[in-house]
Amino acid sequence: MDSLILLFAAMLRISTPILFASLGETLVERAGVLNLGIEGTLLLSAFSGFVAAQFTGSLWLGLVAAVLTGIALSLLMGLLTVTFGLSQHVCGLGITLLASGVALFAFRLIYGGASTPPALETSFVTLDILPGTAFAPLFSQHWLTYISLLCVPLVHWLLYRTAFGLRLRAVGEQPEAADTAGINVYKMRYLALILGGAFMGLAGAFLSLAQLGAFSHGIINGRGWVAIAIVIFGNWLPYRVLAGALLFGGVQALQLRLQAEGVPLPYELLLALPYILTIVAIAFVGRNASYPAALLKPYRRE
Amino acid sequence: MKNHIRLLLVILILILAVSVTAAQDEEPLVVFAAYATPIEEPWDGVIHVALQAAADEGRIEYEYQDEIGYSGDMEIVLREVAEETAPDVIFGDAFGNEEAVRRVARDYPDIAFVFGSGLGPAQPNLSVFDNWIHEPAYLSGLIAGSVTESGIVGVVGGYPVPEVNRIVNAFIQGVTEVNEEAEVRVTFINSWFDPAAAQEAAQAQVDAGADILFAERFGVIDVAAENELWAFGNMSDQNELAPETVITGPVWDMGPTIDFVLDQVEAGSYTGLDLKDFSMMAYGGASLAPLYGFEQTLDADLLKMVREREQQITDGLFRVNIDEATPNGAVVPENTTIGG
Repeated sequence: MDSLILLFAAMLRISTPILFASLGETLVERAGVLNLGIEGTLLLSAFSGFVAAQFTGSLWLGLVAAVLTGIALSLLMGLLTVTFGLSQHVCGLGITLLASGVALFAFRLIYGGASTPPALETSFVTLDILPGTAFAPLFSQHWLTYISLLCVPLVHWLLYRTAFGLRLRAVGEQPEAADTAGINVYKMRYLALILGGAFMGLAGAFLSLAQLGAFSHGIINGRGWVAIAIVIFGNWLPYRVLAGALLFGGVQALQLRLQAEGVPLPYELLLALPYILTIVAIAFVGRNASYPAALLKPYRRE
Repeated sequence: MKNHIRLLLVILILILAVSVTAAQDEEPLVVFAAYATPIEEPWDGVIHVALQAAADEGRIEYEYQDEIGYSGDMEIVLREVAEETAPDVIFGDAFGNEEAVRRVARDYPDIAFVFGSGLGPAQPNLSVFDNWIHEPAYLSGLIAGSVTESGIVGVVGGYPVPEVNRIVNAFIQGVTEVNEEAEVRVTFINSWFDPAAAQEAAQAQVDAGADILFAERFGVIDVAAENELWAFGNMSDQNELAPETVITGPVWDMGPTIDFVLDQVEAGSYTGLDLKDFSMMAYGGASLAPLYGFEQTLDADLLKMVREREQQITDGLFRVNIDEATPNGAVVPENTTIGG
């Protein structure tokens, strides 16, 4: 029982950055933009958040910097793909390369090739919601983890219960029709990118300001790409995206525990488990994937 | 007229430059380093730090390129450098680029190639080295096995590759030598850089009952500190990360290897060698990190035993087994023979 609680606690921790990133990507893709800049956006956000927190001494300013970085890179993505109508694949990958390069270059400039990762004096604390009970470890999470979970119904509500959400989905499905109905397609796509970028900023900030309180190369280590897969797995639906993020985080937590318990299985198999499962899940779910119809298509007003 | 003055100035500067260089009786060796990873990666970081120190002393002129990767750029970088700057020595890591490095070395026999490698040296000019820090890892294991109360020792490593396995196996050898009951559990995170994953792996170890951790990678020490446990660092002295938590750990120093190579090149007697010994304790290339506050905290008898064993290793009277097989986290290794 105890170990199960600890497993679920680890699942929530591991899922948090992936959940933030996938929710952001869901919003952006729902508006018709595939943001492959996500991996680089996470890295640069984690970095700028860390640097801002270290130089100002305020974690909150760090958080703001991370979110602004996410938004700024998403605006660049918007400029290239929405305004100029360039290939989303190329621009997204380009932004990932650019942002990663900038982050690592700036890291070198500021920290001069330190082989010990620089760390903050303090990082965001954990909030104990049910101290003293059997469930205490499960509800001893970073406050950003709770926020990430609360964001799921919020994003669902935004997409399905508001006029804004309707317009956002419309430009991702039928931009021509949406335009005819008086919706500004460009504006909606930019707004989706800004929101999505903010979520990506939170994902990066969670890693550098809450979980680690430090920055190093590989802090993101493919979590952005995992988020892209989770969005497909979740069929662009916030609650299913949550399920996907928890599944990935849960299997990751499980395999680490199996390794730690000394289960006599090859490491390679255990390490590959979360990825194998994600691929299998997508293979099944992906057959019925309902891509936003205008995904990848730049919109040009006739 | 202006042009004439400019020309004169240039000539003057040139003459000055030539006379200055001629005035120096010994020119520093020109050294280039080619790293596959960023220099922030601890392994390449150790080489970089030692070369930078040699450069600061004025012994070498040092330039490097890092983050070359594993997709063919290594050969291009090496050929360009060999053609254009023709340095006296090229250091680097050949892991993942073994064949490329060997091809280029063969084509430029006048340059000394000194590379971190899992394979052997090649005549006339390719020397190899590696982080042979299994001896201090073994010493760390002696401490871990003695201080664990739960009898479960956790290890978090990057990939199960020979250089990591060697360190982990030596650590296990140390643990089981002093504590036959102890179980060493090993988790690999499949990354050289993912502190969040290393942290989760360490937390899983702690949840499974481990009360002392060996941090082959970054991220583990934080978890030990949070849980008020002790931990061992790796590769460099990591005490400053958490002085109350980090007991000690194996430390690698490339200084002795670099000094030996530079001496040989200067003397004109350089040849391709396996430089392994220069990264081991007897030559000062490996050591146990200072114990700082733990000098007082740890049991005096244990410390005495560790120091004696350390001296035996340094004097060549004790050999630590070299075992590069993937450690199996599930099975406690049988009592390994010592003295081999």
